Amino acid sequence: MAKKTTVKAGGKAAAGKTTKKAAKPAAKSTVKASKKATAPAKKKQSFGGLSEEILLRMHNLMVKSRVLEERLIKIYKAGEAYFWIGGPGEEAWGVALGMLARKGSGPENDWLHLHYRCTPTMVALGMDMIDSIRLMMNRATDPSTGGRNFSSHYCFPQWNVAPVTSPLEVQYPIACGTAHVQKRAGKGAISIVTGGDAGTAEGDFASCLILASRKGQELPMLITVQNNGYGISTPYEGQHGETNIADRAAAFNIRSRVINGNDPIETYLALKEEMEYIRKTGKPSFIEAKVTRLYGHSSADGANKKPHLFDPVLTFEKNLIDAGILDPKAAKKIWEDYEAEGVNAQEQARQEPVPTPESVWDHVYVNSENADWRKF
Amino acid sequence: MASIAQAIRMALHYGEANMGVKDIFGQDVGAPLGGVFTATQGLETAWNSTLDERGIISMAMGIAMGGDRCVAEIQFADYIFNTIDLLKIAGNTLWCTNGQIQLPMVVMTPVGAGIFGSVYHSHSFDAWASRLQGWKIVMPSNPLDAYGLMLSAIEDPNPVLYLKSKALMRHKGDELIPGEPADEKELKAMIDKPVQNSEGWKPRWPELEKYMVPIGKGKITHAGEHITVVTYSRMVHLCDEVAVKLAEEGISVEVIDLRSIYPYDWPMIKESIEKTGRVLFVNEDTEVTNFGEHLAYRATQECFYQLMARPRVLAGKNLPGIGLHPNLEKNSVPQIHDIELAIREVVAEVP
Repeated sequence: MAKKTTVKAGGKAAAGKTTKKAAKPAAKSTVKASKKATAPAKKKQSFGGLSEEILLRMHNLMVKSRVLEERLIKIYKAGEAYFWIGGPGEEAWGVALGMLARKGSGPENDWLHLHYRCTPTMVALGMDMIDSIRLMMNRATDPSTGGRNFSSHYCFPQWNVAPVTSPLEVQYPIACGTAHVQKRAGKGAISIVTGGDAGTAEGDFASCLILASRKGQELPMLITVQNNGYGISTPYEGQHGETNIADRAAAFNIRSRVINGNDPIETYLALKEEMEYIRKTGKPSFIEAKVTRLYGHSSADGANKKPHLFDPVLTFEKNLIDAGILDPKAAKKIWEDYEAEGVNAQEQARQEPVPTPESVWDHVYVNSENADWRKF
Repeated sequence: MASIAQAIRMALHYGEANMGVKDIFGQDVGAPLGGVFTATQGLETAWNSTLDERGIISMAMGIAMGGDRCVAEIQFADYIFNTIDLLKIAGNTLWCTNGQIQLPMVVMTPVGAGIFGSVYHSHSFDAWASRLQGWKIVMPSNPLDAYGLMLSAIEDPNPVLYLKSKALMRHKGDELIPGEPADEKELKAMIDKPVQNSEGWKPRWPELEKYMVPIGKGKITHAGEHITVVTYSRMVHLCDEVAVKLAEEGISVEVIDLRSIYPYDWPMIKESIEKTGRVLFVNEDTEVTNFGEHLAYRATQECFYQLMARPRVLAGKNLPGIGLHPNLEKNSVPQIHDIELAIREVVAEVP
């Protein structure tokens, strides 16, 4: 089921066309590579048995996400936005998550309670670049917030993407509420919640583990933490005594695991397995993904690339090329095409309207009645 | 006549039977207790949450986001303070998402003094609540309003905070809820869980009817000509009592039961002030940055040239808590004699 949805999600996104283009030369390379006696066996082992279609789509979406995030940073640095925060470095984790989620609205589909490093997941779900750029540039056309909130604070109710909040970790117990509704609906849908390692210090994280795991009332939730080792400038050791955050799930009898979130294959396979477990049992599962914080915390600490850190996109790309699955020229074109898309999207967003001053009163209440006390 | 606790219970039953409420939850809300004030006794969808106020508010937000209707309870408003940022998020979600995500949820919680609940069972929350933008806030003073406001809260597409006075839980009104049996013993036999031998007990609900009290509409509980007293919840009864007493002396007091903190019935307040030329705002929340101050400010701005005396706010003293001993509690929040004195002072004032 998840696979089917994934095909639709990825296919409709810009990934569709480019993937096809990339796939052709890749197929040729595969043939060439197969002439080397050891290559096919090695390839299969290295890529977890995933099909070339999935591998190439994953690469494509990872590149798209990276190019988009770098575009957002450029927009900030050019003075066309006030603040940037995002998730470059988390593509291996986030793209796999977005590919596997059951996308749609209503309780029969998965809910995603994301945090502000989840652009890769949104890209994998099928978000157009321009919609992220509109949010970054606070345009009235921004589909998430209408120009009201920070970058990466996505909200796509048509895909059950809950609004991203600035307060950390509140999304965890809110996800318990949607999981409760999904459980009642009985359609095998799950609530997925993501967050950072530092935020697990908040009590809301514990609230979630408790609410998700009560005996006989377990909730169908995929509880995840992306551990990049830092809370703004405080290193992991500054707030953690536990060896792994996932160990905390064990105390609640929640099945848990730690994975290398920089590896898209390991991530994809682990997510798939855990999602299937949750859909089948109705019980929660916990994944701690070790990830890279490639451009720092936010524009508050400069948002410059940390070249010494592991780059999951470039590494995955190199692996695919080395295995003959991806043609270097095709790979280059994917980067170039997305770069052009980003530039064009920025140019278009620049022309689009900004929120009007009077619109502050819109949506204080449904129908905005009684919004302004001076008028009643 | 039903008590307010019974009225709330009947409203919640009506809500789950007819208005799509699927979850009524909070600490001890489900069986066997049915709420520390018995307001959720015998309800089909009531369940016990964890002892976690933040978890309760978050769950309610998630349930509402997921498309179901729920009523959550915080056992005492004194313990709602650690959820303030969640209440803020619930109130701003519609706005932040540019109208995309509605959170039709009800949070109810007992407020205020009057039961000798000491430092942590006597807090007021109305002034704090008035600063939760995006929420509607209601505060009934009698069973019929308690019933009608709960149905309106359930039906409202916005988050609604339902503040119920602890001191009024056993208060009985003088108007029947539509469908309620006239004999209160009969009602008790139908919907109150027996104290003993209650195993297997189920309520027999009366044939209740839909009755709505619109959010934002006040009610004149005592008509008068010389001064307007604007109040709500428990203080309505004290103000009414003073109004009856002073009428015997020829002082005609108009008492407005606001019923909703936000939106509030400004047209009713304004019209009354324009008639009487004098106004007193009474509530039991602490006096520094009190909701009554906002109303007094607005009265000054919009009715200045109709006023014959300075608007005045009578509220709880600005103290860190309400002490347990009756001498302490009664000297912390307005009492009948305080209200009487304040009314006399305003009425006696001459421009």
